[in-house]
Amino acid sequence: MLLARVLDGRMASLYRAGKIYGGVFLGKGQEALSASLGLSLRKGDVFGPLIRDLAGRLAFGEPVLDVVRTHLGSALGPMQGRDGNVHRGRPREGLLAMISHLGAMISVVNGALMARRMKGDRMAVGAASVGEGATSTGSFHEAINQAAVEKLPLVLVVANNQYAYSTPTSRQFACADLLERASGYGVQGTTVDGTDLSDCLKGVGHAVEEARRGRGPQMVIARLLRLCGHGEHDDAGYIEEPLKASPLGRDCLQVAQDFLARQGWAFEHEIRNWRREAEAQVEKAVEEASREPGPDPYREDWCALASKHLSQVYLQPLG
Amino acid sequence: MSLTYLDAIREAQRKALATDPRVYIYGQDVGEFGGAFKATRHLIKEFPGRVLDSPISEDAMVGSAIGAAIEGQRPIVEMQFADFSTVGLNQIVNQAATLHWRTQVPCPVTFRLPCGGTAGSGPFHSQMLEALYAHFPGLIVMTPATVEDAYSMLLEAVAIEDPVVFCEHKFLYYHLKADALPAAALPSGKARIARPGRDVTVVAYSAMVHEALAAAAALAREGWEAEVVDLRTVKPLDTDTMIASVARTGRLLAVGEAWPWGGVTAEVVARVASEAFELLDAPPQRLNAKDTPVPFHPDLWTAHRPTAESIAAAARRLLQL
Repeated sequence: MLLARVLDGRMASLYRAGKIYGGVFLGKGQEALSASLGLSLRKGDVFGPLIRDLAGRLAFGEPVLDVVRTHLGSALGPMQGRDGNVHRGRPREGLLAMISHLGAMISVVNGALMARRMKGDRMAVGAASVGEGATSTGSFHEAINQAAVEKLPLVLVVANNQYAYSTPTSRQFACADLLERASGYGVQGTTVDGTDLSDCLKGVGHAVEEARRGRGPQMVIARLLRLCGHGEHDDAGYIEEPLKASPLGRDCLQVAQDFLARQGWAFEHEIRNWRREAEAQVEKAVEEASREPGPDPYREDWCALASKHLSQVYLQPLG
Repeated sequence: MSLTYLDAIREAQRKALATDPRVYIYGQDVGEFGGAFKATRHLIKEFPGRVLDSPISEDAMVGSAIGAAIEGQRPIVEMQFADFSTVGLNQIVNQAATLHWRTQVPCPVTFRLPCGGTAGSGPFHSQMLEALYAHFPGLIVMTPATVEDAYSMLLEAVAIEDPVVFCEHKFLYYHLKADALPAAALPSGKARIARPGRDVTVVAYSAMVHEALAAAAALAREGWEAEVVDLRTVKPLDTDTMIASVARTGRLLAVGEAWPWGGVTAEVVARVASEAFELLDAPPQRLNAKDTPVPFHPDLWTAHRPTAESIAAAARRLLQL
């Protein structure tokens, strides 16, 4: 959580300095939920993250350098400058590279799980993470229904952060609680307090465990508030003050730190040290990625096909 | 032994399932029922667990196939009708088509699209969508016109590392017959001279190849020799074979069952005109379906798409230019 907050903050400062291609989308306020998911998954599982899932990605094993390289457009990053920031991934290692169409990644996780089952692997769990806005898309409904029909070990985490860009939940859905959607599809559902790390760890962890035990798809609805704009370009003036002042507007990182202190598990100076370590780790990655070359349009093969023979011989005679 | 175009598609799937354990078939009613057109009949018995009925969810069907491909499987997705693939358009063009370029992870998925018109099919069960998919980088679009190509190209579609939109024509399912399946075939991406000629080149694909061949037979009775080029694959497009043909004939008529605007025939004409303008003795011409939704009534439908008669008439006009 702390590393994600620090890394996000550094990306935001690079964005403001004009050093970042494209946008920067922070996970501020969603780290507890995200980290809980990343920590509950194991190596060998499949994770289709949401744009605000930096904490979960890091917990799942994404290198800090991948994050920085992709934001800075380094040719050495996993996307080679061909796709940016939040769309990065390492699909072969179970970390899917999202597309912008929210909801579309859920069925991709389903397919990965179907493939695992066909190959005899029944231990893997797949997690897909979306916001409440994606629950309005057709993809979401098709995919959760598919997962239920196929009885897949899918954990579908919905971060209800109250706004899809600027659209409030009242314009997004008319049911009293998104949890109703789970039972509508024959899926087990649970709600967690997205501002509370221990509640997230418990709820998400239980859902992952249930999926791993073969109890079918699980849906976790987390209530929280996005503590930033949609992206760094957005001042989020539309977020209502009463929401910010409500328990929903608590900073999950502060809540977690207070909890650790209260339990006597970490002293304040230890947390300060952790932050300094995180800052040093991020700075090292920024320095390294900053020295790396960007993609070279003259060396780019401009070939969208894996079957190079088809592309080279017939596809682009016009250049 | 006599095999139809539909038999060839079934046999190609049987062979792919038998030879590669990574292959599976996913689609609506493809299991016990054997598919809406029976393209998967009995396959579930031979390959239990590998021929799976899906919910009516084209978006999820395609998305899951992409996820399985990432994991190393080789899914064949049967769209009940090509028209329904538009529900999965986002997943096909934004997810499958971009995956390899973005991540270097290939996406070997075959999308089988029963396409094209049959009498009485109407606007939602007869569209030709090859131009739509060919527009997007990262997809291969196959349009087999013969029993042999339906077999060999489907096997190739499953074998290659890229997502393939396999446009199989419903009108050809039962109309075409062959004595045996081919042991070897032209590779995809290569066009074929379906009938040699010296007076005019008619470039066609899918069911239009047979209309063009019938038109060529009619023209032959009048003393004109039309050369018919079967594109086989519309993306990639074999410009070399088209230009070589135009070099022999000096005239080009591009025929497609799809709509005219920005379609395959437009691409054919553009390539020949820009690369081999000096070979043309007359302006290159196109013949397409009318620019309206596909009509239901057989009389309207017959007039909507090019036929042997309208192709022959267009060729005659071109020969006199």
